[in-house]
Amino acid sequence: MDTQTAPGRFGRYGGRYVPETLVPALQELEVAYAEARKDPAFDEQVAQVLREYVGRETPLTPARRLTALWGGAEVWLKREDLAHTGAHKINNTIGQVLLARRMGKRRIIAETGAGQHGVATATACALFGIPCEVYMGALDVERQSLNVFRMKALGATVHAVESGSRTLKDAMNEAMRVWVSQVEDTYYVIGSAAGPHPYPTIVRDFQAIIGKEVRTQSLVHFGRLPDAIIACIGGGSNAIGVLHPFVGDAGVRLVGVEAGGHGLDSGQHGASLTLGTEGVLHGSRSLVLQDEHGQITEAHSISAGLDYPGVGPELAHLAKTGRMEVRTATDDEALASFYQVSRTEGILPALESSHAFARAADLARELGKGKHLVINCSGRGDKDVATIAARGMPAAIRLEGA
Amino acid sequence: MSGEIADAFGRARARGEGALVAYAMAGDPDLARSVDVFAACVEGGADLLEIGVAFSDPIADGPVIQAASERALKAGATLRRVLDEVVPAVRERCPHTPLVVMTYVNVVMALGEARYAKLARERGVSGTILPDLPPEESLSLRAAFDQEGVALIPLCAPTTSPQRAASIAKDARGFVYCVSVAGVTGMRSQLPANLSERLELVRGVSPVPVVAGFGISSAEQARVVGAHADGVVVGSAIVRAAQADGPGAARQLCADIKRGLKR
Repeated sequence: MDTQTAPGRFGRYGGRYVPETLVPALQELEVAYAEARKDPAFDEQVAQVLREYVGRETPLTPARRLTALWGGAEVWLKREDLAHTGAHKINNTIGQVLLARRMGKRRIIAETGAGQHGVATATACALFGIPCEVYMGALDVERQSLNVFRMKALGATVHAVESGSRTLKDAMNEAMRVWVSQVEDTYYVIGSAAGPHPYPTIVRDFQAIIGKEVRTQSLVHFGRLPDAIIACIGGGSNAIGVLHPFVGDAGVRLVGVEAGGHGLDSGQHGASLTLGTEGVLHGSRSLVLQDEHGQITEAHSISAGLDYPGVGPELAHLAKTGRMEVRTATDDEALASFYQVSRTEGILPALESSHAFARAADLARELGKGKHLVINCSGRGDKDVATIAARGMPAAIRLEGA
Repeated sequence: MSGEIADAFGRARARGEGALVAYAMAGDPDLARSVDVFAACVEGGADLLEIGVAFSDPIADGPVIQAASERALKAGATLRRVLDEVVPAVRERCPHTPLVVMTYVNVVMALGEARYAKLARERGVSGTILPDLPPEESLSLRAAFDQEGVALIPLCAPTTSPQRAASIAKDARGFVYCVSVAGVTGMRSQLPANLSERLELVRGVSPVPVVAGFGISSAEQARVVGAHADGVVVGSAIVRAAQADGPGAARQLCADIKRGLKR
C-alpha cells in the first residue's frame, strides 16, 4: 500500500479516511493547530489553565507498600487521578477547547466511553462558556450513570446512542455523523489518540505533558530516567501521553496493557494491538478487531474506557516496530488489582488503570531490585465503584482485609 | 467495463432524461429478496444500480441506511457473498444496467484491494464508491481498480472548495458523485439553494457525468436537481419504500423519480 502522500502517517498507520465533507474541516484544523503550536501565547495559555485550574503538575508518588509487596523494582505512580475531574482526559480537552475557541467555533461535540472524556469536555466547555453535546453509547450511559450526571450538572447535553453495540465505537460513529452535518460551526473534541489526522497528533501532543513531567520528576526523585513505564491502552491517549516523550530513550522500556476481558481465547476482549488486524476505523488505518469480512467486532472489557475495538495509529506503529511491549490483563485481574492498590496504597485506581497495575506486578519482578518502574495511574476509580460493588467483594479479598 | 457507465448516461441523455442511480442494500431483507428490489428499480426506470454492501460502522450514512446495514449483516451479506450471489443474479435479470458497488474502505481492504478489483470485474461490477476514501488516500486502490477497468467513483461535498472539486472531477472515473448536503445519507425536505451552482461548477470541469445524491426522495426534487446534473442518486427513500412495502414500492418510487427527470 502506497501511503507516502497521505497526511499524518505513523509508519503504515494513520491517515484520513473520512467522508469528503469532513476533509476541508480536517485540513482547516491541521492548519489552525500548526499555527497555534507556533504561537507562544497559545502554549502559555494552555499551560496556565493546566497549572491554575487542572492542578498540574500531578505528583509522581512513591508506592512504597506496593514496592515491598511485589518485591522487585521500586514502584512510582504518576498521579493523573489527581488532575481535576479525576483523570488525564482533562489535559486534552483544555487544549482542544482552547483551540476551538481560537478557531472561532461556536459549539463543541464529543464522544465518550466511560464518561471521563465527556466529563472533561463538559468541564472545559463550562469553563470557557461554550455549548457542549456529548454522544455516549446507551450501554455506557447505564454503566456510568454517575458520569452522565456529572456531564449534565456541568451543562452538557448527553445523547444516548442506541445503534450497534451501544458503546464507545457507536458513540464515535454518531459523533462523526453529527459532525458531518454541522461541520461549519462545530468543533469535534476527540478524546482518544485515534481518529483521522490531525487528531492522533493533537491528542498525543496535549497528553505528552504527562510524560514530560515524568521525565523531570524522575530526574528529581531518583536521579535518572525510569527503567520502565507501563500504561493501560484502550484507544490509548494516556499511554501515548506518558510514553511518547521516552520513545527516543532506548534504555526505557515502554509497556502497554490492553483489556484481556474474559480472556484472549474467549473472543470477548479489547486487545486490538495483540489480536487485531490492519483496518480502517473512525478515520484512521490502524489495528482493529474485525472479522474476516472487515466487519468491526464488538470489544469487551469490564472497563468502559477500554472496550474499544481500535487503537491509536501511533501506538499500533510503536507496537509493530517493537518499541512498545504489549501485554493484556483480564477483567478479573484488573478487579484484583483494584482491591490490591486500594488496600496497599490508599488509592482507588480507575478500572482502566487497574489493568496497568495488574501487569505492573509482573514487570516489577522482572525488572528486579534497584530499578525504577513508573505506572501511569490514568484516573481515579470513584466512577467505577458502582460497577465493582455490584459484583460483590470476592471472599478472598474480604478475608485478606479482615 | 466502466464504458457501460458512460453508455447508460448516454442512453438517458438521448431519451431527454436525467439518469437515475438507484441505491439499495444488498442483503436487505435477505440476499435473494434484495435481488428482487434491484430488479424492481430497473423495471421502474433506474439507469444504474448502486449495490450497497453493509459495514458495521457506516459513518457516512443516516438512520435508514444504518438500519438496513444491520439487517443485511444479520442476513449474512458479506462483500464476498454479494459478489458471488447478488451481483450475478442482478446482472442476469438486468443485463443492460451498470452495477456500482457502494461500501466502506475497510470492507474492501479486508477482501484485498487487488482481489476485490479482479472479482468485481469478473462478476460484472462497473464501478465502486467508497465514501470514506478521500482522494489523498486512494492512490493504491485506484491503481488496482484501473488495472481491472473498475471505476473508482469520487465524491464531492458542499464543503469542498472549487479548486479541490476541480481536481477531484478532472481525475474522476465513471461519474462524479456530488453530495448535495453537508450531512449523512437520508431524505430531506429542503436542499441547499446553492446546489445548482456547485453542480454546474463540477460539470464544467468533469470529463465524466456528474450526479447529485443525499437527500433526494421525490420527483420534484429530482426535477430541480436534475436540471443541473446528469442524474441523481436516490437511496434512503428506496430502502425505506422497499422495507415498508416490498419491491413494488421501490419500482413505483423509481418510476416517479424518472418522471421528475424528464427534460
